[in-house]
Amino acid sequence: MAKSDVKVLGSWPSPYAMRPRIALNIKSVDYEYVEERVWEGKTELLLQSNPVHKKIPVLIHGDNPICESLNIVQYIDETWSSGPSILPSDPYEGAIARFWAAYLDEKWFPSIKSIAIAQGEDARKAAIAQVEEGLALLEEAFGKCSKGKPFFGGDQIGFLDIAFGSFLGWLRVTEKFNGMKLLSEAKTPALVNWADRFCSDAAVKDVMPDTEKLAEFGKMVIAKIRGAGAEIH
Amino acid sequence: MAEGVVLLDFWPSPFGMRVRIALAEKGIKYEYKEEDLRNKSALLLQMNPVHKKIPVLIHNGKPVCESLIQVQYIDEVWHHTSPLLPSHSYQRAIARFWADFVDKKIYELGRKIWTSKGEEQETAKKEFIESLKLLEGELGDKPYFGGENLGYVDVVLVPFYSWFYAYEKCGNFSIEAECPKLIAWAKRCLEKESVSKSLPDQEKVYDFVLQLKKLLGIE
Repeated sequence: MAKSDVKVLGSWPSPYAMRPRIALNIKSVDYEYVEERVWEGKTELLLQSNPVHKKIPVLIHGDNPICESLNIVQYIDETWSSGPSILPSDPYEGAIARFWAAYLDEKWFPSIKSIAIAQGEDARKAAIAQVEEGLALLEEAFGKCSKGKPFFGGDQIGFLDIAFGSFLGWLRVTEKFNGMKLLSEAKTPALVNWADRFCSDAAVKDVMPDTEKLAEFGKMVIAKIRGAGAEIH
Repeated sequence: MAEGVVLLDFWPSPFGMRVRIALAEKGIKYEYKEEDLRNKSALLLQMNPVHKKIPVLIHNGKPVCESLIQVQYIDEVWHHTSPLLPSHSYQRAIARFWADFVDKKIYELGRKIWTSKGEEQETAKKEFIESLKLLEGELGDKPYFGGENLGYVDVVLVPFYSWFYAYEKCGNFSIEAECPKLIAWAKRCLEKESVSKSLPDQEKVYDFVLQLKKLLGIE
């Protein structure tokens, strides 16, 4: 069997690791997926490919490693330029997509994580309120970005769809653990429909982890954190 | 105000400086508006309702927020002159990686240096120098991170040089002693008008930090 010119080092529960895979699928690029069980230890290949941060995902293209999930998605878009576009071609729309992707990574997903580690009911409610505030902003952003089309990126999945959609697994786990809906017909109807479309897209289906399996993994992680008082990656 | 470029900024902000440098490199005329961060303008709150932060770049009435996004936007719109990002996709990925590294490390660690004491400060100093050394490694023998000319990483990193004196005084250490190559690089950048006109004087920044420490009740 020929060794692939394109490798993705990832980890199945990681939303960040989904992103390069979705992008490669959109471009119909064959790649070898290497599962790194990072909670058990880091391989030589990972440490060599990402010596600065020692984190997945890493894309290895030929001899070149590329790190940081959104950076990797942009690299994939620019390198396989003949496939469907992932970043918008208009610079202003590109800036908006990048803005919301940064917001998701720096503010919104950390607020999801803080629900899981909140100590006490008040803290938990406050964390949930923050997540819901963010979803309201994203519902509005969806209206502006999609302009009536099925995805943030328009007719097809784009940069912001990938950035946000990769968090849907953990969003669903959070809903399950807290017995509530964060995405709802009442408050975020557009996002509810978008989420279904995203998860059933051909580029996403096989890469989205099963919610039950993710929930089991989540329980293990939370137990470890409560025990060790350490930060979630 | 529908036409033209407006920058909402705050003079000591390294993030604002990045945008000033990028606009200067491209020769873009713009209106600079100084914001009082204790009394934010209606315009700022309208243009950046999510974060309410500077810098905000307003182009033909439409806001672009977050400094790295703003620099990339400027580079894309005014692509015919002084390119900041390389043209080859792998080189671009490397540039974006290091810009992200600067954001994750330099600002936070620098902040820890001037706001903390004792062991917390020592740890921050150590990590700060380690991060600068990694950047020195990336620079190598090139005159700039961008090669022969100022590039994306240069624009992203050099604003912090205006804060080095403040970090050194607050942390009681010498950055030049540990990272002479990086200091040489920063001085080289300052020979360019786009940089020298965009960075405030280091003493002025230090005075600002002292005032801020008083305000925040930090010794």
